[in-house]
Amino acid sequence: MTAERSILPLELRQVGFSAGRKLLIKELSCTFSANSRSVIIGPNGAGKSLLLRLCHGLLAPSAGSIVWHGAAGREPSFYQAMVFQRPVMLRRSVAANINFALSLRRVPRGARPALIRDALKRTGLSRFARHQARVLSIGEQQRLALARSWALRPQVLFLDEPTASLDPSATHVIEEVIDAIHRAGTKVIMTTHDLGQARRLADEVLFLHRGRLLEMAPSEAFFAGPRNDLAQAFLRGELLWWQRRELTPP
Amino acid sequence: MTDFGSALAAAFSLVIHLDRDLGEIVLLSLRVSVIAVFVAALIGLPIGAAVALFRFPGRTVVAVILNALMGLPPVVVGLIVYLLLSRAGPFGVLGLLFTPTAMVIAQILLVTPIIAALTRQVIEDLWVEYEEQLRSLGAKPRRALATLLWDGRFSLLTAVLAGFGRASAEVGAVMIVGGNIDHVTRVMTTAIALEVSKGDLALALGLGIILVVLSIAVNGAAFVLKGTAERGQAR
Ligand SMILES: Nc1ncnc2c1ncn2[C@@H]1O[C@H](COP(=O)(O)OP(=O)(O)O)[C@@H](O)[C@H]1O
Ligand SMILES: [Mg+2]
Repeated sequence: MTAERSILPLELRQVGFSAGRKLLIKELSCTFSANSRSVIIGPNGAGKSLLLRLCHGLLAPSAGSIVWHGAAGREPSFYQAMVFQRPVMLRRSVAANINFALSLRRVPRGARPALIRDALKRTGLSRFARHQARVLSIGEQQRLALARSWALRPQVLFLDEPTASLDPSATHVIEEVIDAIHRAGTKVIMTTHDLGQARRLADEVLFLHRGRLLEMAPSEAFFAGPRNDLAQAFLRGELLWWQRRELTPP
Repeated sequence: MTDFGSALAAAFSLVIHLDRDLGEIVLLSLRVSVIAVFVAALIGLPIGAAVALFRFPGRTVVAVILNALMGLPPVVVGLIVYLLLSRAGPFGVLGLLFTPTAMVIAQILLVTPIIAALTRQVIEDLWVEYEEQLRSLGAKPRRALATLLWDGRFSLLTAVLAGFGRASAEVGAVMIVGGNIDHVTRVMTTAIALEVSKGDLALALGLGIILVVLSIAVNGAAFVLKGTAERGQAR
């Protein structure tokens, strides 16, 4: 992975996304550079999941453009992976789930067992290798989703609220794995509604509200005092979902 | 009542002693239905999966038609196949009318929509769950299709067994295109109809018992398979 050229930076230019007549993402511009952990925060329904799907290419923008500057003619999705809010497990064994992903990325058969073993070991799932993936607990399934992504050695990993339905200890394990993946050289772009998690993981924070990017700042600066007043309200815990309509963006 | 009692006793004795005529009829029934279901599965599984997976004009119409065809009356299918295969019909030269092949063809027409419609439902549900993950991993449509068919295998087997149940229990179509000819096209259902009308309740009951046992066995197998599948796929 270190040998191949990075597809980053990723630039969004005036990206819009609408469903029906509703504009769900509005004139969003930003650049994601290599190596940092970018964490997207914002209240429920802000458009965090949509933004990740747009970046990952699962949705096409209805306006603007999304450019992988380093792709140089290569297919960018080949160098990305995504972990969804609710883990999607194939009806196969734990090891077979990872093997499936590797086969789709055309990893030679002979190279796969070592990658599978490594990914399971790093996520603490080695003893489940032969279990049916879907009998694992949700926390374990989410770890498997991470292991499956990790085995692909992606340059960019998208995570959509990966710990949304997990208890604190399962959350802790997931955060450690995300951290390890990042240290191994993968660019992490994730969403969370958990401010503590954003503090723990983020190098830079993007604050999204009603489809608009209201602030993008280094983590320390953001948590020391966001410039945007809605972001300030959100940090104080005042920007609750039932208040969204009453507050008007600056 | 005594009539029924003695008929039942005679029926059991026929079954237990593996009566030759009875055996022949049972084997032909199985052969016709198994071949028909096998061919219907080869046609119905890919059609159902394709309708579930691919967006094309008229897709909804096809889905509705498949569902409607599930309830196709066997006598109507029999009539159509009869007209196609009769001497004056377009395929009359093949001389297939009143042969087991004709019965297989009729049952294929009956069973294919069932397998296709049930397959569409299974694959569509699975696709809703898998789509984003498969696309994220870069699965091309053909690979996605293969994955869905494999991961839905237990439910799909149930669909195929439902098709078998329909084929083996059906009487109208095979009666019309097979003609219920002794030692040639006589199967369990047509034999039961005939023996009852002749008043030979023993043979009819014996066949009835076998048919019911077969149906229970098939449904039991489906149930066990589904149970196994769901345990392996819990949550
Ligand atoms: N496919 C879609 N069609 C219509 N509306 C959608 C669709 N996907 C999401 N939305 C709407 O877009 C808004 C943002 O959704 P989402 O990105 O899931 O929010 P978040 O992840 O920040 O909670 C929500 O109001 C949601 O209802
Ligand atoms: Mg979301």
